[in-house]
Amino acid sequence: MTSTIDFTDLSAKHTSDETKKRLKQRYWAEVRLKAYGMLAIAFAGAALLLLTSTIVTKTTSVVYEYYVTLEAQIEVSDRDQERLADPNPRLRANLRRVVGASLQETVPGEVGRAEQRALAGLVSGEAGLELGDLVKADPSLIGQTISFDALLDDNTQLYLKGSYGRPETINSSGTLTLTPVEGEDGVVEAKVGPSALTEVFEALRDQRLTEAQRARAEQRRQQNAVEVWEQRLLDAETEEERSELESRLEASRFQRDAAASKADGLMQQATVRREITFEMGNRDPSLFLRAGEGWIKATAVAREYVRGEFFEPIEGASFPEGEWSALMMMSPEIERPIDDRQVVWLEDFSDRGLIVEKFNSRILTVSDSASAELAGIWGALVGSFWTMMVTFLLAFPLGVMASIYLEEFAPKNRTTDLIEVNINNLAAVPSIVFGLLGLAIFVAGIDVHIFGYEIQIGGFLPRSSPLAGGAVLALMTLPTIIIAGRASIRAVPPSIRDAALGLGASKLQTATHHVLPLAMPGILTGSIIGMAQALGETAPLLLVGMNSFIQEPPGDPLSPGNVLPTLIYQWNSNSERLFDDKTAAAISVLLIFLVIMNALAVLLRKRFERRW
Amino acid sequence: MTETDMQNATATETESQNASGLSDISPVRSAEQIAERDIKVRCHEVDVFYGTSQAIKKVSMDIEDKAVTAFIGPSGCGKSTFLRCINRMNDTIDICRVDGTIELDGEDIYDQEIDPVQLRARVGMVFQKPNPFPKSIYENVSYGPKIHGLAATKADLDGIVEASLKRAALWDEVKDRLDSPGTGLSGGQQQRLCIARAVATAPEVLLMDEPCSALDPIATAQVEELIDELRQSYSVVIVTHSMQQAARVSQKTAFFHLGNMLEYDETGKIFTAPSHEKTQQYITGRFG
Amino acid sequence: MLPLTLLTIVLMSLVAFALGRSRALASSEGKISSLHSRPSYHGMYMLLWVLLAGIGVFIVADILFSAFFTNLVMGAIREATPDLAPIAQSLIYSDAVKIADGGLPSTEDDLRRSIAETYSGYEFWRLGLIIVGSLGAAGYAFWHTYNQVARDFRARNRAERILRGMLWTAATIAILTTIGIVLSLIFETLIFFAKIGWDVPAFLLGTTWSPLSGVSEGALDPTKVGAIPLFLGTIMVTIIAMCVAVPVGLFAAIYLADFASKKTRSWAKPLLEILAGVPTVVYGYFAVVTIAPAMRGFGETIGISIASESALAAGVVMGIMIIPFISSLSDDVINSVPQSLRDGSYGLGATKAETVRRVVLPAALPGIVSAVLLGTSRAIGETMIVVMAAGQGANLTINPLDAVTTVTVQIVMLITGDTEAATAAPPAFTLGFTLFCVTLALNVVALRVVRRYREMYD
Repeated sequence: MTSTIDFTDLSAKHTSDETKKRLKQRYWAEVRLKAYGMLAIAFAGAALLLLTSTIVTKTTSVVYEYYVTLEAQIEVSDRDQERLADPNPRLRANLRRVVGASLQETVPGEVGRAEQRALAGLVSGEAGLELGDLVKADPSLIGQTISFDALLDDNTQLYLKGSYGRPETINSSGTLTLTPVEGEDGVVEAKVGPSALTEVFEALRDQRLTEAQRARAEQRRQQNAVEVWEQRLLDAETEEERSELESRLEASRFQRDAAASKADGLMQQATVRREITFEMGNRDPSLFLRAGEGWIKATAVAREYVRGEFFEPIEGASFPEGEWSALMMMSPEIERPIDDRQVVWLEDFSDRGLIVEKFNSRILTVSDSASAELAGIWGALVGSFWTMMVTFLLAFPLGVMASIYLEEFAPKNRTTDLIEVNINNLAAVPSIVFGLLGLAIFVAGIDVHIFGYEIQIGGFLPRSSPLAGGAVLALMTLPTIIIAGRASIRAVPPSIRDAALGLGASKLQTATHHVLPLAMPGILTGSIIGMAQALGETAPLLLVGMNSFIQEPPGDPLSPGNVLPTLIYQWNSNSERLFDDKTAAAISVLLIFLVIMNALAVLLRKRFERRW
Repeated sequence: MTETDMQNATATETESQNASGLSDISPVRSAEQIAERDIKVRCHEVDVFYGTSQAIKKVSMDIEDKAVTAFIGPSGCGKSTFLRCINRMNDTIDICRVDGTIELDGEDIYDQEIDPVQLRARVGMVFQKPNPFPKSIYENVSYGPKIHGLAATKADLDGIVEASLKRAALWDEVKDRLDSPGTGLSGGQQQRLCIARAVATAPEVLLMDEPCSALDPIATAQVEELIDELRQSYSVVIVTHSMQQAARVSQKTAFFHLGNMLEYDETGKIFTAPSHEKTQQYITGRFG
Repeated sequence: MLPLTLLTIVLMSLVAFALGRSRALASSEGKISSLHSRPSYHGMYMLLWVLLAGIGVFIVADILFSAFFTNLVMGAIREATPDLAPIAQSLIYSDAVKIADGGLPSTEDDLRRSIAETYSGYEFWRLGLIIVGSLGAAGYAFWHTYNQVARDFRARNRAERILRGMLWTAATIAILTTIGIVLSLIFETLIFFAKIGWDVPAFLLGTTWSPLSGVSEGALDPTKVGAIPLFLGTIMVTIIAMCVAVPVGLFAAIYLADFASKKTRSWAKPLLEILAGVPTVVYGYFAVVTIAPAMRGFGETIGISIASESALAAGVVMGIMIIPFISSLSDDVINSVPQSLRDGSYGLGATKAETVRRVVLPAALPGIVSAVLLGTSRAIGETMIVVMAAGQGANLTINPLDAVTTVTVQIVMLITGDTEAATAAPPAFTLGFTLFCVTLALNVVALRVVRRYREMYD
């Protein structure tokens, strides 16, 4: 040591100003660390909140389903008659003609042949069948006219929930004057107040401006390309290269010019202040004029003037302010599955109070369907039930037996060590690997060639069956149950064993009569948690085929079925938009079950928690 | 005590240290020497509560500088609790509340202005069980100087580490393996390492909470010898279960019983002519 | 028929219990204490033997005779159509089975009908042998054990020995599972490598993954089985997930263990546990419906194009899933750092933050490392989030904003796809084997680190 250390000097440092300053920094570091911790928890909390709010909002949107009330005159064909007379309730009659006819009765005005399909498309295919069921139950209805609620199609329901937006009333000032256009049937010109169409006008102008900007960007891109090709052309060496580059250059020039002229045209339309007429296509917002019972859909807009066609006929030619209205729908027709014609019908129904909202019990009581508005989770619930039964019946006894053996009987040797290490590792093996195991051993089987014989090992469980799925989940859950079981058996104090053994009970009697009952609450808690995990498991079940399309709930563990998580996966990969919301509803049901199971586990733990 | 007094005191301390060296201090002191000692910590009517139960009742005492003060008494008498008040270690326990005043060099350490972190740098502590950090010996000792910014350069830090280890009489045993883990040392070495760690922070007072209770007799003897040497530079307060230890290392002894301090006097007097009946019973082994 | 047989065996065992019990009672001549074992142990002894013999013979006979008769039928098919490929022959077999069972075959012709007839003939014998064999064995066990029941018979010891054997068997299921996993994976993996001509580097180092496009006569195209894009995708998603999970989980654990008040802990810990209980398919939905669109929208506003299925979205959501995993494991190890170390640090005048950073964390490091390793192994093996949110095309990319595919996604795609199992299974199982090896290695290392850590402070 070269320099002598003077501890007194060092001590003096503790009270110096410099130390005080340092102390401030040190405390600042503490505040930072604390803030990071709180941020981390806030992040986790926010994630959970976002997750639950996503699911809850989506679920609430399918709590109700929509019907339209129709006056249906029941007329049945011979074929329908045959089905209606059949006592088998599964043979359903489809009275879709009656539904179609009553729809046409309900809408005002004539419905052209081309429009009939669009009109019929508003209701679900199920409507005709449900009407059939009604008539089958009460054949006296035939020939009568009854009021019937027809289930609406999935897209129609989404429209009514506002998923695509609804037409909104805009400034409707001035008097509406209608003048039929000579020579064109159903086409009309309408004059309105001077400020009535400003909103539409601005929207259309914005629309054109954005498109013009897009065209300009394209023009610039193509200009860049042109420059690149020109440069390359200068550097080109072979004739072949040159001719190819020239053709590319030509194409780019053409596209540039096309974009430029498109942009110019749109800019001109958008910027001219004077009188201009915007032609409205299906990429533009939709504009409707409404007077009395009738609707006009605009095809062109100028200031104070609208040119359009009658969607529903309007009686009269002049309407003072307050007796007519202009409605605009921002989402363009091309971006929604409900076209303008259907919008008018639906708005008409809803104004007349024909749209009925009913609690959606269907989703809980029916099984899967290809039509989003008809799909339900009942089949998957039954499948989950069978699967969980199988899992529990296999994993619980095996788990309890294994933990008794390992805690009470196993000699402390290498085999026991091996089993222990094995169980710990199994608990961390990815679930999909268990799926592969189940597929190979339980479902498909492995073909082995021995002495020229082909012997199949395994493959004894039917594919897609809850039995196969449950067996796979049982293998996955087993480690969890064994680990929990061993812990709670270990927690039983040795004094109880000693007492039992001292009274002359055998080791097995001690274990089953004295230790096991005391350890049971703990084992059950662990098992419930393991079962909850199994209930939410998806990947291994996909591999054993439990993602089949199930329209009938499985009657036993051997018939094909699916489970809630795989149903969620299937629905989520379906492109129909209503399935999005229904998926959330299925998730809610799954989560409710999980919450119940976990609450049960917590309760059990609290109730039987014992300190020795 | 004023600022100037303090500086004078430290100056004399340094002189005496330089004059006598570290090794040749006789454990026996003359009456004049005892009289010269200053008061380092002044406690006045200290109460400690854990929740609603009172662990320390109205304890007042003056702890001297450059001397070893021993707290003795039966288990649960509150001697450790009182010790932990002196560097506000009790602050880390939520339900603990301290009333009364404790002054370090005239400053109330429970004052709003006083920062416990800074206080603990001035009042070091050694615990019952050796608790070296799971780091190298060097890192263990340099921990305090580093967090308090005592060393500007690596060389300074090396110097502090070496001096502290020397002061803790551990240098010769570990100088060749400063990078090996502190947890690899023997029990006695570990405790001396913890003392070196406390010394390196350059405290003015050293609190020791039964520092030898987890050690074997030989290690205990080494640590006791070390405590005696440390008296040279610090005010040392030691909690001990062993009356022999108190008699061996301390100059003053306080006897605690059920949260009360029943007697506080020169060690020699406590062990030969205790004034309190309970003290008499305790030191003669009637209870404890 | 077969379930009925099993039911009969169970019924027989119950009868055996009752008979054994009453015979023991009878043999005691009214003095139960004169029996060596209590009457119900005699019953139990009989019950166990009847069950074991009956069900044991049932399983063995089922496996043996099924294999034997299937081979006989296949032999007949081979004789009739020596020129057909084995796959076509097994198709004929499955058609014949369907005809015999009254199902719908893919085609029906004379050959299939005659094979079906042969099959039905053998099926009669197969069922007969299994039923007679298992019932016979159960009956013999019944008779034999019934005769054993006597006053001095050590029924309890015998029955307990059997029960102990059963307990032992249950305990070895864990080992059997591991063996089953390894065997089934290795079996198909060998087939896979045989199909690509043992070109292992082509699999491990190749950059094009499209195993089903180069199939010809059962062989796979070695240039199309390169798994690098999958490995890269898996690594990328895992890294993103760990970038979210490790800081959040670790800081949350530090905060909860050393800073939070009791009250905060009482709601924050369950909050994290709830995140752990959410099924992965729900996280997948969350990624698809909320996170991916939000990211795409955000990317659009700042002018970056983010694919609707991106590694980023899948990774972030997977990170959220792993947060509770990291935080609870880290919380455990941080809490198990002895208080004496903290006191030592506070006693030297360290602040809480310094104590955590310089003493607690270094002391807990091994445990935290193993938590991170276990989390990583989780992320690598996670399936549903990536299947739903990361994409399916095997792009070779390192851009986290693009769609990537992972090992697990490809396993699901191959197995649940339309391709027949004989073609799709080998590459899928090979990927599964790779996955198993990697996660097993991570788990073993992590568990070993944790165990050593526990030994240090216990």
